[in-house]
Amino acid sequence: MSNEDIRIGVFICHCGTNIGGVLDITELIEYTKTLPNVAYSAGNLYTCSEVGLSNIRENIKEHNLNRVIVASCSPRTHEPLFRSTCQEAGLNPYLFEMVNIRDQDSWVHMKEPQKGTEKAKDLIRMSVYKASLLEPLEKMQVSVIPSAAVIGGGIAGMNAALTLANQSFKVSLIEKDSELGGLIRHLHKTYPTNEDASNILETRNLAESHKEIDVYKSATIEKIEGYVGNYKIVILQEKKMIEIEVGAIIVATGARVLSPEGYYNYNGKTIISQLELEGLLKENSVNAKNIAMIQCVGCRNEERRYCSNICCMTALKNAILIKEQNPDANITIIFRDIQAQGVTYEEYYRRAREMGIIFIKYLPDKPPIIKEDHLEVYNEFMNQVIGIPHDLVVLSMPLIANEDSERLAKMLKVPLEENNFFLEAHVKLRPVDFATDGVFVCGSAHWPADISESISQSNAAASRASTILSKEMLEVEGSTAEVNPDLCIGCEACIKICPYSAISKDEETDTAVVNKVVCKGCGVCGASCPQNAIIIHHFTSDQIIAEIVTYGGGD
Amino acid sequence: MVFEPKILGFLCNWCSYAGADLAGVSRIQYPTNVRVIRVMCSGRVDPVFIAEAFMNGIDGVLVLGCHLGDCHYISGNYEAELKMKMLGKVLSMINFADRVRLDWVSAAEGNRFAEIVTEFTEHIRKLGPSPIKNDKLKKQILDNLSATKFALCDSRLRALVARQRELTTEGNVYGNIIPIEEFEEILDNAIENEFIRHKILEKIKNEGKSVPEIAKEIKIEPHKVLQHIVTLRARGLVDVDQINEEIPTFISIKEV
Ligand code: SF4
Ligand code: SF4
Ligand code: FES
Repeated sequence: MSNEDIRIGVFICHCGTNIGGVLDITELIEYTKTLPNVAYSAGNLYTCSEVGLSNIRENIKEHNLNRVIVASCSPRTHEPLFRSTCQEAGLNPYLFEMVNIRDQDSWVHMKEPQKGTEKAKDLIRMSVYKASLLEPLEKMQVSVIPSAAVIGGGIAGMNAALTLANQSFKVSLIEKDSELGGLIRHLHKTYPTNEDASNILETRNLAESHKEIDVYKSATIEKIEGYVGNYKIVILQEKKMIEIEVGAIIVATGARVLSPEGYYNYNGKTIISQLELEGLLKENSVNAKNIAMIQCVGCRNEERRYCSNICCMTALKNAILIKEQNPDANITIIFRDIQAQGVTYEEYYRRAREMGIIFIKYLPDKPPIIKEDHLEVYNEFMNQVIGIPHDLVVLSMPLIANEDSERLAKMLKVPLEENNFFLEAHVKLRPVDFATDGVFVCGSAHWPADISESISQSNAAASRASTILSKEMLEVEGSTAEVNPDLCIGCEACIKICPYSAISKDEETDTAVVNKVVCKGCGVCGASCPQNAIIIHHFTSDQIIAEIVTYGGGD
Repeated sequence: MVFEPKILGFLCNWCSYAGADLAGVSRIQYPTNVRVIRVMCSGRVDPVFIAEAFMNGIDGVLVLGCHLGDCHYISGNYEAELKMKMLGKVLSMINFADRVRLDWVSAAEGNRFAEIVTEFTEHIRKLGPSPIKNDKLKKQILDNLSATKFALCDSRLRALVARQRELTTEGNVYGNIIPIEEFEEILDNAIENEFIRHKILEKIKNEGKSVPEIAKEIKIEPHKVLQHIVTLRARGLVDVDQINEEIPTFISIKEV
């Protein structure tokens, strides 16, 4: 479009007295008329009222406007409304610009109306210059495959699958083991109810028999391609490649227990892990009378800084169970800090104390020393070394990330944190989302979680996934990045920098290409490209520089 | 008349722009000096924009984004921070670093937004108008700013900054991680070199000059000038103009 063709209409809003009571609207209208390419400029009492909106529509037609600017409130609240008004009048919604002369002008300069009016002039002028350079853009529509893949068949995965299947979405539940159930299979009872773990495992039957759930056991993920609404997953099962198509993916791969081998003279007989104790309890074959449990083995140290979250409660539970069976047993829990958060868990802890279970705190730099028939631990509180007789020592080992999480993270293009657990998009605001649209996380894949946490998280992940699966079409933002292949040298800097992995390399041309469905238009790649090869649509360098130059040079 | 600074503000859509709106909703009054350009993320702000602003007579530039860790696009503000650090280095060579500020404002911090604007406006007021407005200095300042822009556009320098996080945390193609101090040194050198190279190009834009002549004009040791000339020749930006009594003169052969 050549310069002469550009016809900008500028609508300046009084917003009742909100703007009109401070800024000189008449002066703004007259000033605007002097700016290049402005074909029409007028005031409106309330631009966002039906009268105001139809006024915009009529004037677009009457004056043949091909750019519209509204100077009023904030684009954060009103841009969608004005954009669709433009669209109704046949104008591409991206040929619209908004100038904030209320929230960022008349409301904050109430005592300086004249300076406020000058500021509004600058802002309108900047917008007019930008508007001349606007280009029409299309919002992309993507269809959604209404089914999900849940990776991992532990309690989190099974529950997520069931939650979705009960809403009639088809679910593929993919488990690498030969059985569903995950870690729960090895547990005796569960805290804080001391209910049999096998009761909870009944979820397994529900999942296996649900008509909407396809269960793939002894299956691994080989390949993941695509984007929100349209993922293709290749599963390897018994040497067969199976391809499935899904709209959303839930990662519920869980975690594994750190091997006790090499910690505190572990021998698997008199010095065992908490998980092995679960096994003994299941078989009802705990014969020891003096039992010492050591907490935080192999974690909260230099190598693994984190607290594994579930070990304190597990130790409490097993101690209580033994004590219930054999009130004469002497049980000592040697801990660093006890994590028993929330009303129920705190109560459980109190119960353990009341039952006579002994708690002794140790310092990380003075860990307990296991001798033949007793154990020595320095206690800071008493400032002395205490001897504790034992015929069974139980080591609380942390949950650690699965070995294959790195591989899966790469395929999904989602991040891991330093301990190789999956990292959510935002710790407070988006706890089960990944930054990548359509991929969610729950359970111990994200962080050591106990059963109730896994269930709440998997409900959350399933409901987040259903917000996508329930739509036939998704609309994605039109203002995205685009690489100019003539300028791109294939340095891949942008590929590394894009937080959404929206950019990949076209191997044939050796240049970068943006997947417009995945790109969120943040513009970071554009500001970084060494060759200036990336256009950030709707926020192009030319548009921004036009604003800068006209502000600077507009004395 | 009191000096009213011309200030440009880049605000990210999700936090700082929302914070500025909240200041409005709360009717917090602040100076009228800032004109805002809304960008989706602070990471969109190309340092070149800021050089451009100064070349166009703007007295101060604010770049505001979400607090670190809160960027709507996960890591955009970390990238902004790296870019602004690099920009700071370049601008400190021409005494403009004080005229840019990067800061964080959340959507809930209307007050903080107003405070930052007030403070920054006062700060620029104290610094006085951009020296570019001084007719005597104008030419020299413009030269400096275009050298700045040249450095900021340079693809090698941009590549270094774009890769900073990767190089200092994940390592280069051989898996070697560059310690941050070492990286800073590489960056400092690259900035200084590009800056000087631009000055050399400026001096030999219209007429050929010998190394000693250039060295004298830009006050840099001749052997260093020679090194830069060699690099610029390799990039195809400079060539031999003439050889007078065995002393070659060089001239810029490409518009940059
Ligand atoms: S950063 Fe620029 S030059 Fe490098 S690959 Fe991306 S688009 Fe191409
Ligand atoms: S604009 Fe942002 S999301 Fe889009 S490709 Fe560039 S860095 Fe990625
Ligand atoms: S969105 Fe605010 S800094 Fe990135």
